[in-house]
Amino acid sequence: MKTYEQINKRIESGKAVVMTADEIIDYVEKKGLEQAADQVDVVTTATFGPMCSSGCVLNFGHSKPKIRMTEAWIQDVLVYTGLAAVDVYLGATQLRHGDPANMYHPGEFRYGGGHVIEDLVAGKTLQLFALSYGTDCYPLREIRTYFTINDLNQAIMLNPRNCYQNYNVAVNDSDKTIYTYMGALEPNRKNANYCSAGQLSPLLNDPYYETIGIGTKVWLAGAHGHVYAEGTQHAGGDERTPEGIPKGGAGTLALTADMKQMLPEFVRGVSLRGYGVSLAIGVGIPIPILNVDVLKRTCVRDRDIVAPVVDYSNDYPQNTGKVIGYVSYEQLRSGEIEIEGRKIAVGSLSSYHKALKIANLLADEIRRGDFTLAGPIAALAKDTRSKPLVIREKAS
Amino acid sequence: MSRTITKKLMLFFPKCECEKPIIYHLVKDHNLIVNIYRAKVTPEEEGYLVLDVTGTPRDIEQAMAFVRTFDVSISDTGKGVIRDEVRCTHCGHCITHCPTGALHIGDEATREVLYNEADCIECLACIRVCPFDAFASAF
Ligand code: SF4
Ligand code: SF4
Repeated sequence: MKTYEQINKRIESGKAVVMTADEIIDYVEKKGLEQAADQVDVVTTATFGPMCSSGCVLNFGHSKPKIRMTEAWIQDVLVYTGLAAVDVYLGATQLRHGDPANMYHPGEFRYGGGHVIEDLVAGKTLQLFALSYGTDCYPLREIRTYFTINDLNQAIMLNPRNCYQNYNVAVNDSDKTIYTYMGALEPNRKNANYCSAGQLSPLLNDPYYETIGIGTKVWLAGAHGHVYAEGTQHAGGDERTPEGIPKGGAGTLALTADMKQMLPEFVRGVSLRGYGVSLAIGVGIPIPILNVDVLKRTCVRDRDIVAPVVDYSNDYPQNTGKVIGYVSYEQLRSGEIEIEGRKIAVGSLSSYHKALKIANLLADEIRRGDFTLAGPIAALAKDTRSKPLVIREKAS
Repeated sequence: MSRTITKKLMLFFPKCECEKPIIYHLVKDHNLIVNIYRAKVTPEEEGYLVLDVTGTPRDIEQAMAFVRTFDVSISDTGKGVIRDEVRCTHCGHCITHCPTGALHIGDEATREVLYNEADCIECLACIRVCPFDAFASAF
């Protein structure tokens, strides 16, 4: 048994024993759970993949004369101005003004909100254009200027949903290629795409949210941030395997951190042909080894985690809830899965390579004493499900 | 007869050389087997050609000397499909779309996605599907 205080003391004195969620598996196999729980202080988990529910709040400071922005664009990408005078929210999936979208199907979606966020973190100079109706206190009615992230008072990432605990494997049962947020899917189940770091993924290493909850400190693209709320569509009550691993999306996290501290390598705009734009972001979450049970759950392996295979030509869009079958991440990573007797080639949208890099970067930071842990101040719900949107004929 | 080898080349034809039947002479006069992957004449009437040539090292050398007598530049390192190593996140999305295995997972433990240019047939599928804009065509 260890406490957060004890672990943080060891981190501060540079003595903490830290391993990644992938190293810990072999280590526990060698040393046994009891001994390993005694020795290891922290296990680092990570993920890197497209997370559409991402965005940021920016504060521009006041111009002379002042403006209360009512419509604004950064690099021709619309931002939300329904906040205070010079606060805006920039969303990852917003298209650039004039993007033909899917008018010529499949659209290319080369640049949008996610790319603006990438450019911002990369320190590029961006254009702001804003309009206003003008008031006595904010007389300016139009502004065009150029800025970098360093000119902003605040650039705070605010992602309502990151780190899906588990996720679908997408296939296409129709007879034509479809273009989805899970990538291009060829007809008749010719390929399958998945999007999870599997055994490295944060919430798969803490399936019951014992150490990851509201308030938990996280590594968000290199910045030190935290979980500020349960993620949108959090569904801790989703069906689980006997070992407690959710068989569907289940838990999600709302994350925030200061973008000025982020590393550009881990903040990347995404273009999904025929679908739209998004943002891929790297997240690392340390798990304190408080006791044997917490350690045991970090030893989860790809072969123990299953993901639902879903048809994205009909069942997903029509919200039928049908699952074709389940496959393990070990099978997915082999590059080929077998469903109903047929072999299907597998691709991924989430990068295990980058996730591994993040888990190691975070482990190094903790070993150096530069990242101490903060546990949850409130737990995530374990019994909730995600509700559908009911289409009603009239107000009741 | 000496052993044959296969070489992948990219040829660039400035405006003035586009109309000459250079490839015909590679086959007829230099005994080369030619496999063209991709050819394009730009609106500016410059030509690009990516191809494999198979023949004896001597025949290939002589053929290249012949090509160089025109104002054509030959590249046997720079290919028509280029990956920006910094932009690639090694997500692996392109792998199932690559028909030849030119894109593949190297080490199972790190899951780095390797790009073996020699196996690339320039189908351009990876350029279309890469979500991170890591691939580009030279022309
Ligand atoms: S899809 Fe793009 S980013 Fe992903 S591995 Fe292929 S080249 Fe790299
Ligand atoms: S152009 Fe085609 S063959 Fe070459 S790497 Fe890309 S997908 Fe593979």
